[in-house]
Amino acid sequence: MAKIELKDVRKVYHGGVEAVKGVSLSVEDGAFVVLVGPSGCGKSTLLRMVAGLESISSGTIAIGDRVVNELEPAERDIAMVFQNYALYPHMTVRKNLEYGLKNRKMASGEIARRVDEAAKMLEIGALLDRRPGQLSGGQRQRVAMGRALVREPAAFLFDEPLSNLDAKLRVQMRAEIRRLQRRLKTTSLYVTHDQLEAMTLADTLVVLNAGRIEQAGSPMEVYERPASLFVATFIGSPAMNLLPLGAGGIAGLTAPDGLLSGAGPAKTLGIRPEHMRLADGEAPRPGEMRFDLTVTGVEVVGAESFVYGTLPEGGPEVAVRVAGYSHVEPGTRLAAAADPAYLHRFDRETGRRI
Amino acid sequence: MIEKPGIGRPLAHVVLVLGVLVVAFPIYYTFIASTQSLTTILRPPLPLTPGDQIAANYGEALFGGIGRIGGVAVTTLLFNTLVMALGIALGKIFISILSAFAVVFFRFPLRMVFFWLIFVTLMLPVEVRILPTYKVMVDLGMIDTYAGLILPLIASATATLLFRQFFMTIPSELVEAARIDGAGPLRFLRDILLPLSKTNIAALFVILFIYGWTQYLWPLLVTNDNQMNTIVIALKKMVSFADADTPWHMVMVTSILAILPPVLVVVLMQRWFVRGLVESEK
Ligand SMILES: Nc1ncnc2c1ncn2[C@@H]1O[C@H](COP(=O)(O)OP(=O)(O)OP(=O)(O)O)[C@@H](O)[C@H]1O
Ligand SMILES: [Mg+2]
Repeated sequence: MAKIELKDVRKVYHGGVEAVKGVSLSVEDGAFVVLVGPSGCGKSTLLRMVAGLESISSGTIAIGDRVVNELEPAERDIAMVFQNYALYPHMTVRKNLEYGLKNRKMASGEIARRVDEAAKMLEIGALLDRRPGQLSGGQRQRVAMGRALVREPAAFLFDEPLSNLDAKLRVQMRAEIRRLQRRLKTTSLYVTHDQLEAMTLADTLVVLNAGRIEQAGSPMEVYERPASLFVATFIGSPAMNLLPLGAGGIAGLTAPDGLLSGAGPAKTLGIRPEHMRLADGEAPRPGEMRFDLTVTGVEVVGAESFVYGTLPEGGPEVAVRVAGYSHVEPGTRLAAAADPAYLHRFDRETGRRI
Repeated sequence: MIEKPGIGRPLAHVVLVLGVLVVAFPIYYTFIASTQSLTTILRPPLPLTPGDQIAANYGEALFGGIGRIGGVAVTTLLFNTLVMALGIALGKIFISILSAFAVVFFRFPLRMVFFWLIFVTLMLPVEVRILPTYKVMVDLGMIDTYAGLILPLIASATATLLFRQFFMTIPSELVEAARIDGAGPLRFLRDILLPLSKTNIAALFVILFIYGWTQYLWPLLVTNDNQMNTIVIALKKMVSFADADTPWHMVMVTSILAILPPVLVVVLMQRWFVRGLVESEK
């Protein structure tokens, strides 16, 4: 059990690529923190620096009360689960689990106890005498988890551990990881580029972009109050609708007085698809914004559909969530409405929330 | 494969059988000759069936000693050759695994320079550097020693290259997982790398054992004492220019005995390969 504290951590690779550009982050004892961001934003690099697999160019990383900058991975009291599992192919599952403990010269009784416990927890007891090559992807994933569990480390580090599983198994393992972590209360740092995984697993969601933290907060906080345009479009699917606000308002959008005017920097407005509804044939309600859309396409997901349409005069495309099936034909003109209470405003220059 | 009806199959068999005969007949004939007395051999034609001297010839060669090479028994020759072949094969594997390990898994100054140096020696066969090597061996007093037979031959660029290629296919995550599991470099080598290289090592061992067993030029130079001869060198020394001087029955016996160990190694290790391959396929 320990807290992980990153202070102004930077990473410059040989050749001058600055992968992490000053990250400060505090992971509370027992918390489940998910690092999410697009490919190449430095998530893995950051995690690997915590693990000790990558040197730290500047800044400090502390696990518990110790600054670990100069410590070997094995001395940091962490366990890591890799995307491709990285099980030792020539060892049985049992040997895989035992290996790290044996290297620490742990008593064999204690090793057996831990392996049994982990095997029970992950339901891999029947697989202990097989080799990794004789396991399915999901089973290998469990063994990789088991290898982390038996160490009873101060912190778990996960680098996209579910990426190689099929969709169904991924959902199942996601729930299992969450359950295990709740039960063991081990501080966890989890890297993924899957925002759904991030939203469902995290106590704290950390959105990274180009080596910097864009926003850190609870998943709902990040979703409801995205701190920047980047976060607004990265979290949520389909992405938040963005409407660049011109001097004369936005063509095709009627809004209550004063909503679109106002001094200050150039703005971009944002509104999520689920906060909009189709309002065709309805009389405008007071205080609502109305959009004049030409339908470009419909995406039926199952329980819900998304109607895509563009605003006139080459305006931006927006998505509107509709419950159930929607049968609108592309090319139709229709009205959509939204409550201004759900409007997000961003400074277009800096991208920050206003 | 497509089975053609008619003549194709028998024809293929005939060709294969002919091939086997061409390869096997000289060996068979050598064996026949090794069971005859010297007088029978010197009076052609040689019969096609084994003679009655088998026990006498092999007994004399193995336990008596052969006059032309100073009365040394073939057991001594076999032992010398075995030591040399094993020394060369194991030494080469040992050295090349260590150097490939260093080149692949460590970052040190001039790493690639060293790698290229090793690579360049591929272009220099033993014969090119034989004089300086000989001088060094003389200065070190290693003439007529096992070390002198083995050491100059164990540096191997080919094997180093082979292991380097194999080591580079090992996923970096595996290396990192081992680091997190507290395995230092040597423990990683012992617990992870060597077990994973098993089949490579076995294959290389066979090739290098035969390479060592059949060495000719270097053993010829570095051994003077008959007691230190390898079996190939002894064979050469047994054959005299004058036909009558040469104990042909002993030459044949020694030839057969020289062939056996490499054949044994190939046959035994072949089964081992197959097991290794099947295991890693699963
Ligand atoms: N060993 C390296 N040497 C040089 N540059 C590197 C190295 N490893 C990563 N980088 C660079 O650092 C940046 C961040 O890489 P990183 O692997 O952390 O991305 P990531 O967020 O994990 O992406 P992904 O989601 O694709 O895994 C990238 O621009 C990458 O090209
Ligand atoms: Mg990554």
